[in-house]
Amino acid sequence: MTKLVTIAVGALLGLGLTGAVVGLVLSLLVILVLGIIVLASGEGVPMIYNIRSLTQRGWTTGVTAAGLALVVCIFAVVLMTTNGVRTTLKATGSSENAKILRKGTQNEIQSGMLPEQLRLLGAAPETAIGKDGHGLASAELVVLIYAVKQNAKSEEDGTNLTVRGVGPLGLELHPPHALDGSMFKAGSSEIMVGKGLVGRYPGARLGEKMHFARRDWNVVGVMDHGGSAYDAEIWGDVDQFEDAFQRRPAFSSVTLKLKDAAALQTLRTRMESDPQLNTLEVKREVDYWSAQSEQLSLFVQYLGLFVAAIFSFGAILGAMITMYAQVAARTREIGTLRALGFQQRAVLVSFVIESVLLALGSAAIGLIGATAAQLLRFSTVNWQTFSEVSFHLHLTPGIVFASIVFAMVMGYAGGLLPALRASRLSIVAATKGG
Amino acid sequence: MSAIIEVRDVKKTYHRGNQPIPVLDGIQLSIEQGAFEALMGPSGSGKTTLLNLIAGIDRPTSGQVIVGGEDITHFSEGDLATWRARHVGFIFQFYNLLPVLTAFQNVELPLLLTKLGKAERQKRVETALRVVGLEDRMHHYPRELSGGQEQRVAIARAIVTDPTILVADEPTGDLDRKSAEEILKLLSLLNTKFNKTIVMVTHDPAAAQAAKIIRRLDKGRLAEETRPSA
Ligand SMILES: Nc1ncnc2c1ncn2[C@@H]1O[C@H](COP(=O)(O)OP(=O)(O)OP(=O)(O)O)[C@@H](O)[C@H]1O
Ligand SMILES: [Mg+2]
Repeated sequence: MTKLVTIAVGALLGLGLTGAVVGLVLSLLVILVLGIIVLASGEGVPMIYNIRSLTQRGWTTGVTAAGLALVVCIFAVVLMTTNGVRTTLKATGSSENAKILRKGTQNEIQSGMLPEQLRLLGAAPETAIGKDGHGLASAELVVLIYAVKQNAKSEEDGTNLTVRGVGPLGLELHPPHALDGSMFKAGSSEIMVGKGLVGRYPGARLGEKMHFARRDWNVVGVMDHGGSAYDAEIWGDVDQFEDAFQRRPAFSSVTLKLKDAAALQTLRTRMESDPQLNTLEVKREVDYWSAQSEQLSLFVQYLGLFVAAIFSFGAILGAMITMYAQVAARTREIGTLRALGFQQRAVLVSFVIESVLLALGSAAIGLIGATAAQLLRFSTVNWQTFSEVSFHLHLTPGIVFASIVFAMVMGYAGGLLPALRASRLSIVAATKGG
Repeated sequence: MSAIIEVRDVKKTYHRGNQPIPVLDGIQLSIEQGAFEALMGPSGSGKTTLLNLIAGIDRPTSGQVIVGGEDITHFSEGDLATWRARHVGFIFQFYNLLPVLTAFQNVELPLLLTKLGKAERQKRVETALRVVGLEDRMHHYPRELSGGQEQRVAIARAIVTDPTILVADEPTGDLDRKSAEEILKLLSLLNTKFNKTIVMVTHDPAAAQAAKIIRRLDKGRLAEETRPSA
């Protein structure tokens, strides 16, 4: 019974929402045509009338504008966040590198490979040759450790961090933009940490010690990978980690430098026909990382846009109430305009424009808020690797444009019905009275 | 002289629920070009209703309204608006200026519906404001003007397009004696010097004296016209 009611309510809501959206889109076409007629024929109510009317009734306009601005700000920040996550993870890796994992695994944590496979891949003709005459291929072991945050109140306040063991060629294959300190020495308990971890986890600082895998590890370098996912990782000698995490002889993945652009496809074909390698899968390193980001950025996007949508209903309602109030308070002015010969469509278009102007002004405020959000640095957990990704918010021209369009849609949706009422007022009733 | 306004057997009936309320009951009226007529009568007698029909902001239940040779009775809403912009100047009891626009901008409003360029519009607005004696208040907002001054701006707005007729509903109803006299003098001037046809509704016998012809409306019917005792 309750289930039926829920379904019925859901269906009605869905139907109503679809109807509203369809109505809005269709009406927009009509209004656009009317707007073009009004503007082209020069019979429009001057826009200065709308602007002054908005600024005159400062208080109600201000409250409505604040609501709209907030929603625009949320909208922009959601897009910025999604963008941030996406670009961070996309910026990870090089397009000249190939990453090899076990077939059917989503990420390095799940993957497992053996030394013989590394040897075959390193000797493959598609692999670029290094200065020492050996193939540029590196085995990497990726393990997650649980780390309690700096200044945490309890043991539960922590996250999983990615620990990556790399071979001697590791830095050559993933050169950091900058390295503060030095590279870890092979065969030692030295590690490097990504700059995203510095100060956020105990010991994650140049010259200090981190404790995991029942050992102390000396931090000898801080890597800056330009905001990529590697900036939230801990790197050390793959041999040391294999022992410490008791994984020998297995490791997670192989990264190799491709000889040229076409090499990926030939390598893929070769691996398929090799019984030792056909259990593996090869991807471009950048493709691997952008696939990692997809689920997270989609989640952020859907959640954020859902919140923005809920809020936008409130903002549209606010705009509608304000515009109805404007129409009511300016009934005599509207009647006068109509008596002077302004057409119904001119009044309709004028009030729609006014509402859209209100939204545009609010959008400007909201975008200033979004600009301020650029100063913040965010981090979130990447659920696919259970590790922390930190990223910047960037207000791109595309996001500014999307936010402005979003604001205009809200202004339009809020202003349409009040504008319709304004255009249909009886002149006789509207012009009389004091 | 030819009739510029012709009202033929006009009836107007309002409905309150199922109850018909006859307001105008077969009005015959002919007003000549260049006339200045006052419409008087007790409250509720239908003066405003009749004026609104002549001005094309309301429609009769039956009968015809012909202004300047055009039968406006069956005009569409849009055609009526276009027609009003060309042919009717409105003067309201409460001035009805747009408070957010300056005197200049208020007077310019009806000109925005013409094809005139900016320079020409400015010239006409200034002329109209000069006629009503407010060229020095051009950039003032309505709230910075007295009631009498506001009404003069409204008159400037009404004449700026050089309309076929001027309609005024209680133009002095909200003014003190002195301002009222100034407004009436201005209307007389527009009538005599600029040959404007004016139809004015008023309660005030003193105001009606400014007109050349006084008509009385009672219970939806027009009585004989009289001339003011000059
Ligand atoms: N929209 C309406 N619905 C119903 N009745 C109306 C409506 N408008 C006017 N009336 C009625 O029509 C009659 C005439 O109204 P009108 O405004 O024309 O009178 P008037 O002569 O201008 O009065 P006043 O001197 O008080 O302004 C009145 O009885 C009024 O109640
Ligand atoms: Mg009246």
